[in-house]
Amino acid sequence: MSIFQKLGQFTLDAFARTGRGTQFLSQVLLGLPSVLMRPTLLIRQLFMVGVQTLLIILVAGLFVGMVLALQAYIVLVDFGAEESISLMVSLSILRELGPVFTGLLFAGRAGSALTAEIGLMKSTEQLSGMEMMAVNPMKYVIGPRFLAGVISVPLLTLIFMAIAILGGYFVATELLGLYEGVFWSQMQAKVDFYEDLVNGIIKSLVFGFVVVWISVFEGYDCVPTSEGLGQATTRSVVHGSLAVLGLDFVLTAIMFNV
Amino acid sequence: MLVKIRGMSFSRGHRPIFDNVDMDIHRGKVTAIMGPSGTGKTTLLKLIGGQLKPDAGTIYVDGHDVHRLSVKELYKLRRRLMGMLFQSGALLTDLNVFDNVAFPLREHTKLPESVIRHLVLLKLQAVGLRGARDLMPGELSGGMARRVALARAIALDPQMIMYDEPFTGQDPISMGVLVKLIHDMNDALGLTSIVVSHDVHETASISDYIYVISAGKVVEHGSPDKLKLSGSAWVKQFMNGLADGPVPFHYQAEPLLNDLMGFKS
Ligand SMILES: Nc1ncnc2c1ncn2[C@@H]1O[C@H](COP(=O)(O)OP(=O)(O)O)[C@@H](O)[C@H]1O
Ligand SMILES: [Mg+2]
Repeated sequence: MSIFQKLGQFTLDAFARTGRGTQFLSQVLLGLPSVLMRPTLLIRQLFMVGVQTLLIILVAGLFVGMVLALQAYIVLVDFGAEESISLMVSLSILRELGPVFTGLLFAGRAGSALTAEIGLMKSTEQLSGMEMMAVNPMKYVIGPRFLAGVISVPLLTLIFMAIAILGGYFVATELLGLYEGVFWSQMQAKVDFYEDLVNGIIKSLVFGFVVVWISVFEGYDCVPTSEGLGQATTRSVVHGSLAVLGLDFVLTAIMFNV
Repeated sequence: MLVKIRGMSFSRGHRPIFDNVDMDIHRGKVTAIMGPSGTGKTTLLKLIGGQLKPDAGTIYVDGHDVHRLSVKELYKLRRRLMGMLFQSGALLTDLNVFDNVAFPLREHTKLPESVIRHLVLLKLQAVGLRGARDLMPGELSGGMARRVALARAIALDPQMIMYDEPFTGQDPISMGVLVKLIHDMNDALGLTSIVVSHDVHETASISDYIYVISAGKVVEHGSPDKLKLSGSAWVKQFMNGLADGPVPFHYQAEPLLNDLMGFKS
């Protein structure tokens, strides 16, 4: 194939996939009311996602917070402004790192697992089998997983934020000798609830929605062979992560009016 | 007649899988659909079940044009009429044997758990696996998984069961068990069975009527005895499992001597 044919093929594939993805999403959303009617499936999935992701979120959050405090100190101490460590830590965590890190970690850990699980269910004919038993897999399999993901990402983001700030607090007070009162009062004075925290949570909602959409769709749409499943899992992580980074730029530009 | 297929065509991309096919599946009988791998036997079952839509023609199941039904009506038809046994069994891997068989009952009926328990145990008894109720699908052999899937397929007492290659990859004993089960189920429950297979002898031994498909067409159909006497060389080769015939043993190639000596023809 010539390079132009390849380019054309790629473009057509991309559009076709987007179309299928959108159609898929509308089916999932239409099935959500019946997912809510049967909370046991949803609760089970929430638990699965939580178990898969909580530990990595806690560890990553702790270290990100600690490193940030160190870096902030190195920069600020030259200006004699090391009292503002808490401000730098909390603002970067709340506005950017919390939602973005959680989105990326979620795509890598729970998102890939979702894709693999749904893809495997497709290749072992479990989804077809359900359809033939007159059970809609959109309501029984996809819906609960989708909703569980969308609910858990903001919650995980909040946990990430909290533990990261605690990590920063620990480094600032224990290691760098800052007074506790200074750490908290700076934060209290300068961090705005709406501007910073709410915007961060809105970001995490958007990231969660998109990452989970990509992961369940890639699983549902995969070519049902072991090779196809591998490719779908890789795509799920790569596209999910890129979507988080790209959307973060857009959302930041909108939220902070730049 | 339970299933009536008229002038049905279906293709995947540009590749035609079925070309103007007519078929009739009679009530209460075992109808076999045979053909080489990759001819579209699984596809045919999915077309009958309404999971795929033909490009042309119609498929009637119990008088309903399957592809004109709304999703709701289609699901109702499946629930009322059809059971399907997938090649791999398609058991839900996160549920044990008992819960797998109970799954359609719990989804579609409001029966109390005590009744469901009775029904599930009876269905498992029918396939000889009542003792395996606590195993997970991963712990079952291939033959056992198919028997569990059969128990699940009959859980809602359908009128028709479609078997996708029930014998493939089975040891002789499991094969014998499955052959007997399909035959007995059909008689005892008054089912209509569609068996898709390329295991000629096992399938012919239990079927009342056979369709042989190849390259998108029905090449021969009739009772097993009639097919054994078929004049078509292709059908003869297929039914008797001969290595050479109209389907050559060798994939198209240069003459061997040319290849070995490096001649270009
Ligand atoms: N989802 C699919 N997408 C594209 N082609 C498919 C798909 N499923 C099956 N096919 C192709 O359709 C043909 C018929 O498949 P199938 O019905 O599974 O054959 P059989 O069951 O007779 O072995 C095969 O050549 C297969 O490669
Ligand atoms: Mg097949």
